[in-house]
Amino acid sequence: MSAVEIPLKQRLAARGLDGLTMLVLPAVFFVLALFIYPFLYGLFLSFTPKEGGTFANYAKFFSDSFLYGTIATTLWLALPVTIATLVLAVPIAFRVRLLKRQRLLTTLLVIPITLGTVLVAEGLLNYLGPQGWFNRTLMTFGLISTPIKLLHNYWGVMLSLVITGFPFTFLLTLSYLTGIDPALEQAGATLGAGPWERFKHILFPLLLPGLAITFCLSFVQAFSVFPSAVLLGAPAGPTRVISIAAYQAAFEEYDYSMASAIAMIMGMVQLAIVVAVLAARGLLYRGPAGGGKG
Amino acid sequence: MVEDKRLSTKLWAFANWFLIGFFLLNLLAMIAAVVTSSFATRWLGTWLPAGWTTRWYSAAWAEFQLHDVLFVTFQIVFLVVLFSGLIGVPAAYALARRDFPGKKLVMLLFLLPLLVPPITFGIPLATVLYRLNLAGSMSGVVLANLVPTVPFVILVMIPFIEQIDTKIEAAARVFGANTFKLFIHVLLPLLMPGILAALLLVLVRTIAMFELTFLTAGPTSQTLVVALYYAVFAAGVRAVQSIDAMAVVYMVTTLIWLVIALRFVNPTQIVARAKR
Repeated sequence: MSAVEIPLKQRLAARGLDGLTMLVLPAVFFVLALFIYPFLYGLFLSFTPKEGGTFANYAKFFSDSFLYGTIATTLWLALPVTIATLVLAVPIAFRVRLLKRQRLLTTLLVIPITLGTVLVAEGLLNYLGPQGWFNRTLMTFGLISTPIKLLHNYWGVMLSLVITGFPFTFLLTLSYLTGIDPALEQAGATLGAGPWERFKHILFPLLLPGLAITFCLSFVQAFSVFPSAVLLGAPAGPTRVISIAAYQAAFEEYDYSMASAIAMIMGMVQLAIVVAVLAARGLLYRGPAGGGKG
Repeated sequence: MVEDKRLSTKLWAFANWFLIGFFLLNLLAMIAAVVTSSFATRWLGTWLPAGWTTRWYSAAWAEFQLHDVLFVTFQIVFLVVLFSGLIGVPAAYALARRDFPGKKLVMLLFLLPLLVPPITFGIPLATVLYRLNLAGSMSGVVLANLVPTVPFVILVMIPFIEQIDTKIEAAARVFGANTFKLFIHVLLPLLMPGILAALLLVLVRTIAMFELTFLTAGPTSQTLVVALYYAVFAAGVRAVQSIDAMAVVYMVTTLIWLVIALRFVNPTQIVARAKR
């Protein structure tokens, strides 16, 4: 039988391309135009500096300690914050998982995320100040004799990042943890494993891939800190993070080419850490976390 | 499971609850400090202020032109919600119902704006918008805010749409409904809870979205959170209480919508945005 010409429309429809599929196009064009294109444009712009050769911006960045130092400054904030929030979040998530009514707690924890970094910064300016309630309470209990300086330095930014970062890390960990079938843990308990052994041999290995993702997302959030580093930190010195450098290049020096270069470097550092973590995740167990017969 | 009665287990549980209590206590005290300060006449070096007043609210209202700022905020938020719904829901429908070559790539395309932090892509985006003379105006702010919200709506809506039985759609098709009629009369009513939830989350996120608005807004297109940032940044020029009053206005605006949103969604949905 000679090949009957199937109309193009039907052949496309058989592969899932018909009028309905086209509904995805506006969104695709939108993201291409306002996300992918600006990124490529920024990349291109970063190689056409105001003066000098193609790589002048990058050469300038990596030769000026005031600029390349921002990478270390930002990492020095973002990594401890991410690790601290994870170390806090994991045991607490294990505890909360056992509760029947989690909704009130999760709602309370969602508040700092919805309020956002600017409000947390503004609140901490008052609360952590030398006359604020925090120092006052510590002095009343006699834990300290003079107010500790928590604002306009490293600690102010660190604390604000933990306050906005902890709920995020916690809720993400909790949602991964509730995905693990409790039957697996019960089986361990039946065979005589204590709480620590169950954690070490059953739950933690199953949770690790999820924790890797949580680590990436929390790290990327913390690495792009901006308002709290300006408002609570010392933006000229110890908390001059990379986003401040990029912002200053763009909106104070009007050197968009340099600003794009810094933004690209910021993206590259984030990508490098995320790729490293995800590569390590590839070595972990990634099977089902359900307990059904399969 | 057998109740564990060992002392170490109980101590460990206590330590966990202590940590979470400590965190929540500090969080609530921080919010309370802002609220107290906004009602204070004079508050220096004491536990509580010397007296109470509401005049900082009228002062803040006038000083920061809050009625203008609030009006602009609601306009921007409304437009962002509207457009992210109009672009996002049909795209989510197509992705939920059709399997086509390159679908994985398209999903990755929508995942990226949610994973890359706003300040990283905000700077190149602001540069492009400035070149096009769109930044500094309301349209620029709306466009910039749509970049993460359109993918967000898509990713939230896909599971909602997948739940709907395809037989209902097939029945509508048999009776001669075209795609548009199908949307209006069949899908929209069925999807309303999901759409409402997704759009409320977009609303809360847009009110609190600082970075993208900050990078693209001009003097007449500032939202509340950006105006608050500038007020805190220039602290010392205005009375602290006045800034705190503005912060309370911002908190109330955000929390009202959060409370409404929480009637329809699970709190973890606000966080686990990129999870599939």
